[in-house]
Amino acid sequence: MEMELTPHQKYTKIKSGVMFTLCCAFTAVILAVLGLVIGYLFWIGASGLSLSFFTEGPIPIGTPGAPGGMKNGIVGTIVLIALASTAGIPIGMLAGVFLSEYSTRSRLAGPVRFVSDVLAGVPSIVVGILGYELLVVPLGNYNGWAGAVALAFIMIPIVARTTEEMLRLVPNSYREASIALGATKARTILRVVVPSATGSLVTGVMLAIARVAGETAPLLFTALGSRLLTLDPNQPFPSLTVQIFQYATGPYKEQKDMAWTGILVLIFLIFILNLAIRYVSRSKQTGG
Amino acid sequence: MTMQNEAPTKKVTVNQSVRREIHTSAPQTGAAPATTDRSDAPTFEKTETHVEVDRETDHILTVEDFSLFYTKIKALHGVNMRIPKGKVTALVGPSGCGKSTLLRSMNRLNDLIDGVRVEGTIKFMGQDIFAPGLDVIALRKRMGMVFQKPNPFPMSIFDNVVYGLRIGGEKRKNVLQEICERSIKGAALWEQVKDRLHSSGLGLSGGQQQRLCIARAIAADPEVLLMDEPCSALDPIATSKVEDLIHTLKGKYTIVIVTHNMQQAARVSDYTGFMYLGRLIEYGPTASIFENPHLKQTEDFITGRFG
Repeated sequence: MEMELTPHQKYTKIKSGVMFTLCCAFTAVILAVLGLVIGYLFWIGASGLSLSFFTEGPIPIGTPGAPGGMKNGIVGTIVLIALASTAGIPIGMLAGVFLSEYSTRSRLAGPVRFVSDVLAGVPSIVVGILGYELLVVPLGNYNGWAGAVALAFIMIPIVARTTEEMLRLVPNSYREASIALGATKARTILRVVVPSATGSLVTGVMLAIARVAGETAPLLFTALGSRLLTLDPNQPFPSLTVQIFQYATGPYKEQKDMAWTGILVLIFLIFILNLAIRYVSRSKQTGG
Repeated sequence: MTMQNEAPTKKVTVNQSVRREIHTSAPQTGAAPATTDRSDAPTFEKTETHVEVDRETDHILTVEDFSLFYTKIKALHGVNMRIPKGKVTALVGPSGCGKSTLLRSMNRLNDLIDGVRVEGTIKFMGQDIFAPGLDVIALRKRMGMVFQKPNPFPMSIFDNVVYGLRIGGEKRKNVLQEICERSIKGAALWEQVKDRLHSSGLGLSGGQQQRLCIARAIAADPEVLLMDEPCSALDPIATSKVEDLIHTLKGKYTIVIVTHNMQQAARVSDYTGFMYLGRLIEYGPTASIFENPHLKQTEDFITGRFG
């Protein structure tokens, strides 16, 4: 049945259509930019992908096998992230729990939140200088610990604020039900509040990891980067990002090409990490 | 009494500020300001029907001259009320009259809210629940609570029901299973969930979720069940199931139920208290409140003329 529309109805129909089209168009723009970046990386970087990229360290230009691979950087980045996470995630999460669950009666809440926001906004190179002053100068040489600490400093405010936001989304009725059953506040947080936010907490942690995985500036002053494969954080420590930086700014074409491949690998590293953590946290949640 | 001995007193961490308030402010204010404040409302003594409740010999909860403030706003004005043991007592009244506030004071759930201050007291089996050193955790274990919106935890049905036992330290699997089954049967939910105890409690329908919450509340074997509009989010069929459940649970448990639904109060309760603007206006046997209210205000409300 055909329905006669009044002018006003026609107008609202057109308006709604325009709005819908605009939303679709801008979504397409964002997806196009993403596609462009990843596509370009593949275009330039994928040709450098080979087994030796993952199994060999850097080989000096001019010697056989040059330019080698980025194994040292990949391992270094993974170790640095692991070290930074061991410190940054628990501290950040506990701070987030404090802000969300305990802070209402505390005068500390405002300052903690403010400092955490400021810290999140500090340029990462400043964090690098802090790491340099705290751990490189006293120890006498560039080292992996300083790099890990600098990355942890970047993680803490991100984890803290996302944890706070996510815990605030947990319905208050859960807390009340638990308290009414005679649970203490700590138990309520551990058994009900945090578990029911697991999925989103993991997302927050992922954001933090992804952020530091791509950091270069704070590592330049702290871990410095290294051509050697090492697991000893007392030494200058290799990382993918610093190696990419050095190759990309160096004079050799082979190394520049390898930097592109490095970026591609870095993105996939973060991507895979993301998927893995999501998978683990989801399979853990199916019980509830 | 036993409550203090059951657990070490150092566990009492929840909101000491509320308690401090009571014990500093209650003696100072005394009777004088409280009486002037309540002069316009019928009081305990004046309400004839109230006396009928008092003839019940066994009162499990006694509310004495109880006032509650949310920061500056006075939400309850010198409420006096005795809740008979093993009976169903309904609290009715228009929105914002303080029914839920009163209910949530009985297990001190209002401690969670900032800026709450109380005067007067509530006694549970003769003991002042606001007394310093009282183990509020132990108190809450003896009072189950069912909320307005069904709020099962995002975990399995089994884990939901045994939550209270687990936090009490019970680890033996056979004990947990036994009590889980008994509680779910007690909440008339066993047939629907017996084959999926380990699937999520959130997968149940609204009415089933609410009965799961009742099962969770009775699993800890409380003496009192506080129900805060337990049916307001449920459809009529689920509502009648919960009401049937209230009938079977009374006697074993003392039930205090807040409801917006007059018919529900008439159907399920033995005693009804009518509250208005933070005061208990009239309180007595449900039949006499509904058929022969003593006050015009009560009559207007229950006949639907206002509220």
